[in-house]
Amino acid sequence: MQQPTRVYFDHAATTPLLDVARRAMEPYAGDVFGNASSPYQVGRAARMAVDRARAQVAELCGAQADEIVFTGGGTESDNWALLGVALRNLQTRGHAVVSAVEHHAVLEPAQTLRELGFEVDIARVDGSGVVASEEIERLLRPDTRLVSVMRVNNEVGTVQPVEEIGRLTRERGVLLHSDAVQAAGKMPLDVEVLNIDLMTLSAHKFGGPKGAGALFIRRGVRMQSLLRGGGQERGRRAGTENVPAIVGMGAAAQIARECVTPNAAHLTALRERLESGLCALPNAVINGQDAPRAPHITNVSLRGQRAESLALGLDMTGFAVGTGSACASGALEPSHVLAAMGRSPEEARAALRVSLGIGNTADEVDEFLQVLSKLLQRNERN
Amino acid sequence: MSKRVLCAMSGGVDSSVAAALLVRQGYEVIGVTMKLWRGEDDPFAAHRFGGCCTVGATEDARRIADQLDIPYYVLNMQDEFNARVVDDFVAEYARGRTPNPCARCNEFIKFNAFYERAAELGCDLIATGHYARIEQADGRFMLRRGLDHKKDQSYVLGMLRQQELSRTLLPIGHLEKEETRRIAAELGFCVAAKPDSQEICFVEDGDYARFVTERVPELAAAGPIVDEGGAVLGRHAGLARYTVGQRKGLGISAPLPLFVTKIDAANNALVVGPREGLNREELSATNARWAFGTVEPGRAVLAQMRAHAQAVPARVESASLETFAIRFDQPHSGVSPGQMCVLYDGDEVLGAGTIE
Repeated sequence: MQQPTRVYFDHAATTPLLDVARRAMEPYAGDVFGNASSPYQVGRAARMAVDRARAQVAELCGAQADEIVFTGGGTESDNWALLGVALRNLQTRGHAVVSAVEHHAVLEPAQTLRELGFEVDIARVDGSGVVASEEIERLLRPDTRLVSVMRVNNEVGTVQPVEEIGRLTRERGVLLHSDAVQAAGKMPLDVEVLNIDLMTLSAHKFGGPKGAGALFIRRGVRMQSLLRGGGQERGRRAGTENVPAIVGMGAAAQIARECVTPNAAHLTALRERLESGLCALPNAVINGQDAPRAPHITNVSLRGQRAESLALGLDMTGFAVGTGSACASGALEPSHVLAAMGRSPEEARAALRVSLGIGNTADEVDEFLQVLSKLLQRNERN
Repeated sequence: MSKRVLCAMSGGVDSSVAAALLVRQGYEVIGVTMKLWRGEDDPFAAHRFGGCCTVGATEDARRIADQLDIPYYVLNMQDEFNARVVDDFVAEYARGRTPNPCARCNEFIKFNAFYERAAELGCDLIATGHYARIEQADGRFMLRRGLDHKKDQSYVLGMLRQQELSRTLLPIGHLEKEETRRIAAELGFCVAAKPDSQEICFVEDGDYARFVTERVPELAAAGPIVDEGGAVLGRHAGLARYTVGQRKGLGISAPLPLFVTKIDAANNALVVGPREGLNREELSATNARWAFGTVEPGRAVLAQMRAHAQAVPARVESASLETFAIRFDQPHSGVSPGQMCVLYDGDEVLGAGTIE
């Protein structure tokens, strides 16, 4: 018998769909099925819904509505940010900087940039996973086209000094992309304050549906489209809009903005409870503990343990937690983030990621700590 | 409380039925696929959808586990597999030997590292879909050939000792292959008609020579083919292409058929001779592992030197914890250094070692 998941502690992977979003989506999965580009009423209704969602997402991040382009998700947005700028500069090529702890949706396109003839530098991080703005400054060159530094790291929760980095790039006329999928709904997000030119959002990380994302593209930024062959999204991203998912994203974005303060407070309190419990366990080290961190992610290395086995053992008792990222077959891969932070392969192998959501409770945290400690005791005996 | 078993599932018909039988017997079964090999980087390569360890195999295994309503995981064991099996495979070739990576994988991965994982997941037992039987009698566990002698896999399990045998279940060892397929079809398993895997799993296209020479380029270097007296008869195209006993592909015309009798890696030479040159009166083995203690010198045994070869009568000359030597009743031509020699008493495995 498979044990159903009772306690979900992997909100950095995905979040449950908010009721508000589900209800908002329903008409567009039903009667209002029109193509948002069609001129008749049912198409116009879909178009209105997409535009409402666009305004909601724009408000979430302090942007103008026409600066928001809907995509198929965070991965597409990240890929597009890098490749779109590169393709625009294909004549002259040039230089780009990405941080060592970016998501693979940034790192792999960065490799493609190299294949296209760009030079790419990987910015180092400190032991807490922070990219110092001095490191970016050191790497900037006259021909630098783009810098990509995420707002919140998805594995350890470290908040990057994007605002300071943005001041540097702004001064030099370099574009700054930031993957903010883990920041939305967890902390205030304002592209003006942060000096960001391109920003990635993903609906399902803040209570929206899967299959919808957005790329903020500051007015005046010259990009090339990747998906072509239609006039959708003002010609920037061809393909019939995923109207239900976009509407759900808009509804979730509104909640993410309105409730960010109480939600962050709830998450912070839970995380502190969790981390004080974890620190009482033998050989536990919170990765990135000294850095500013988003309120929902804890990454803990339980030295001498194999996190993969712990995560599977937790699953068998109904707890869902994360470890590294999974490959196509579902096997867990070693973390490039912890490696970049200078952790040994053994420490990386021992790292569990617990990421909390607004639906979690203090009781769940307490029960989790009990179950984890039992698993550790069992392994002691083996 | 029922015993918890970690069942290795490759996505093939044998391990799928093994898992199903365990569930039927009332065990608490957890299905896992060991991710052993990274495979090609190109996700569009055709063979990515073929053998073990591929995305297709884990999809099949996951579907079976879901059908059985058991938890299913993919364990990342690539580092262990690389260090223990692949590196050794290449190194053995470089020494002019013919390694048996499946036996080595069983020794170090499936019945060792895998058991560690099982313990970490709170499992008392592990299970695989091998055709061999583990039976308990007189306070000891013995490994016997599978009932389906055509499919018997006791040879590749020859290195299992009491400690491994006592915590291992082989649920399909008493079945004929056709029976296994019938059960799979009855249960509606999508894999019921899947062909058996044949090749070494990490050499995706079956081209061992290329696999080895990519890692040890010297083994692609041409060199002399010599007879047992040292006379040069021709040129070979890189030692990685040959194994002892091979007849085809030598490119030499001679009155009598010639066989590879020895691979002289130190001199990059291939030694050939007539069939009689392959005959051995005896063999010695290292890395011995005994199912239940060493066997006494003088004992009559059956010795099997290849996965699907016939076992031949022999007598134990000497045996210690680490090594043994046997003398064949009749001179025997199927002895390749690097392969395993498994000793049987009837259909019971006594022990195994690596042929020197």
